[in-house]
Amino acid sequence: MNARFNPLQPFDTLQLPFNEWVRDFFNWISGARSFFRAIRQPVDWVLDSVEGILQALPPGLMIVVIALIAWQLVGPRLAIGSFLSLLFVGMIGAYPQTMTTLALVLTAVAFCAAIGIPLGILASRSDRFEQGLRPVLDTMQTTPAFVYLVPIVVLFGIGNVPGVIVTIIFAVAPLIRLTNLGIRQVPKDVIEAALAFGASPRQLLWRVQMPLATKTIMAGVNQSLMLALSMVVIASMISVGGLGQMVLRGIGRLDMGLAVIGGIGIVVLAIILDRMTQALAQSERERGGQRMLDRGPIGLMRRLAARGKGAEQASAAQPNTAPARSDAAA
Amino acid sequence: MTDTPKRDKIVVRNLYKVFGDRPQEGMRLVREGRDKDEIFAQTGQTVGVVDANFNIREGEIFVIMGLSGSGKSTMVRMFNRLYEPTSGSIEIDGEDITRLNDEGLRKLRRDTVSMVFQSFALMPHMKVIDNVAFGLELGGISREERHQRALHALEQVGLAANAESYPDELSGGMQQRVGLARALCADPPILLMDEAFSALDPLIRSEMQDELLMLQEEKQRTIIFISHDLDEAMRIGDRIAIMQGGVVVQVGTPDEILKNPANDYVRSFFRGVDVSKVLTARDIARRTQVTLIDKPEQGPRAAIRMLETHDREYGYVIGRNRRFLGVASLASLDEARKADAALEKALLPDCPTITPETHLGELMNVVATTPYAVPVVDEDGRYAGAVSRSALLQALDNVIGDEKPSGASTDAAPTEAREGV
Ligand SMILES: Nc1ncnc2c1ncn2[C@@H]1O[C@H](COP(=O)(O)OP(=O)(O)OP(=O)(O)O)[C@@H](O)[C@H]1O
Ligand SMILES: [Mg+2]
Repeated sequence: MNARFNPLQPFDTLQLPFNEWVRDFFNWISGARSFFRAIRQPVDWVLDSVEGILQALPPGLMIVVIALIAWQLVGPRLAIGSFLSLLFVGMIGAYPQTMTTLALVLTAVAFCAAIGIPLGILASRSDRFEQGLRPVLDTMQTTPAFVYLVPIVVLFGIGNVPGVIVTIIFAVAPLIRLTNLGIRQVPKDVIEAALAFGASPRQLLWRVQMPLATKTIMAGVNQSLMLALSMVVIASMISVGGLGQMVLRGIGRLDMGLAVIGGIGIVVLAIILDRMTQALAQSERERGGQRMLDRGPIGLMRRLAARGKGAEQASAAQPNTAPARSDAAA
Repeated sequence: MTDTPKRDKIVVRNLYKVFGDRPQEGMRLVREGRDKDEIFAQTGQTVGVVDANFNIREGEIFVIMGLSGSGKSTMVRMFNRLYEPTSGSIEIDGEDITRLNDEGLRKLRRDTVSMVFQSFALMPHMKVIDNVAFGLELGGISREERHQRALHALEQVGLAANAESYPDELSGGMQQRVGLARALCADPPILLMDEAFSALDPLIRSEMQDELLMLQEEKQRTIIFISHDLDEAMRIGDRIAIMQGGVVVQVGTPDEILKNPANDYVRSFFRGVDVSKVLTARDIARRTQVTLIDKPEQGPRAAIRMLETHDREYGYVIGRNRRFLGVASLASLDEARKADAALEKALLPDCPTITPETHLGELMNVVATTPYAVPVVDEDGRYAGAVSRSALLQALDNVIGDEKPSGASTDAAPTEAREGV
């Protein structure tokens, strides 16, 4: 140590090779290849299947299917809106990218739900687990999205699958929080009543806590979805395909048109998915007591089928077998 | 409760509950006789129930009363082990439920002990009928059977028409009927009702009390009912337990407690109670009137002398076996003496009588309009004292607590001497 320590310029001599430590750490940890491959595998598999399905249907049919789903879940207005806007997106040349992004987002949200809801349930049942989890969630939610990208690339490489993984990490936190919150918000007296009538812990969870937390949990799913959509754009920097890629390329080339097209696609997806998940959060009651199967296109089909059957039976003159109406689902 | 002694349904022995993370430490101090506040200050443990010992009889409505925080809810919540007792035993039908394992406990809660909550605590996401059938659903009863039984329970509380509603579409009173139906659905022998009617307005509350009494008439269940409201307790309770700071200070029938409060705390509970609904003629009848025995050798003359010695205007004429015959006044006796007639001829016409069970409220009228103290006559026709206006006024005025109510039992002995001739 020949350099003298100067208190006015402490950083000339006082230095930590932190950067190298981090690099060494990741070098070391990425040695566990099989571990990371094991993580990649299910994501890879789900993403492939979802994308396969979305790309397999011809665009014309796909748009109609999405419109029908919108009708079923929300109503005819969203059906018409999503049909027209998807048509427009296709006409401006962003259809395949939209499907890719949709596949990425759906896969990410599916994993968010599979990871986030159980963790949220665990957190709601154990104060200690919740306390341990909280700083982790805080970190995940406040860390800038770009910061995730580097370690993910080091550990998982680039491409769609690492993109989905980074999206999951980014989007799962609110779902865990809201699941935990929703279950903890179930009124104490209702829990006590359930226990007083002999509910086992499992019955308590599935017949009381989860149904009463559904709204909050679905709000969490909705949040995850929106976060996933925004992350998918950022993740295009690690060469994730889809609409984000269009935006990124547009920025890179200062091609306003391309960037705006990508942006429109994202907004259209965001609106459709947002409305659908919000509708899912509604209970049967809020939809006016109509069960899901009695409304929308499915309800229509069922009514038509029932009428057809009724007519058949009437002609066969068998009055004792009444037409099987909605009670078939009971 | 006086006639056939009933079987004990619930037997509570040395029951303690200490809340906190170190209940055993709290227990040690409780056993040393420290009081609740001291223990809390020293260890942070909250004493809920201290050394409770009492029996609840089959088919009775057992009311638990006490100030807020005295441990009433804690007590009943130990009966279905929503709260674990810290020490002691609770026997239901001879079985100590503090030893039940999880499965046994769930069975107890589904079949034997059910509960009605102050806040109703209905499941907001379930229809009324599913709320009522909830216990059966947990027990794995088929949908068809449990709906049938739930509908029956709803009929009992007059709500069958609302089976398909959701709880928040019903008024408070209706919601609590659903709560009651839910508790009745599995037909359990024991009901726990923690201030079940306290959240309802007074009119609905007394309607619900009637409902409960009617149900109780149809089928006798053992009901443990927590109440803040003395009138309610008096109205529906067969026996009352009074709790103070976790201790059960007195158990007894409303009358017993009213007449012999164990301490000032208990007495203070009865301060302001509407005595006209609680006390009966038996409680305030006095034997201070002069009684005249109707026998051959005793004529009107002797009777007049009796009245004059005691400075009374009226005498109460009693025949063989203490049978009450009527009331005679100085004036009527004088007439009978002049006519040289028997004592019976001196009896005043249209003498009103009241039974010992008449509530004060119902006898005010007759006492007010009769010039003499109204005789109390039991169902065997025997004289049981008389209610004077001053005794009635004193009883009604007597906001119990400052002094013992003028119970017949205590007054009877010294006045007995004055009776008879
Ligand atoms: N779950 C609990 N944890 C800790 N302390 C409790 C708990 N429940 C009750 N206590 C304490 O036990 C004591 C008795 O409470 P309890 O609820 O039994 O009173 P209560 O007689 O039912 O009062 P109220 O009339 O207000 O309902 C109180 O000091 C209360 O603070
Ligand atoms: Mg209470």
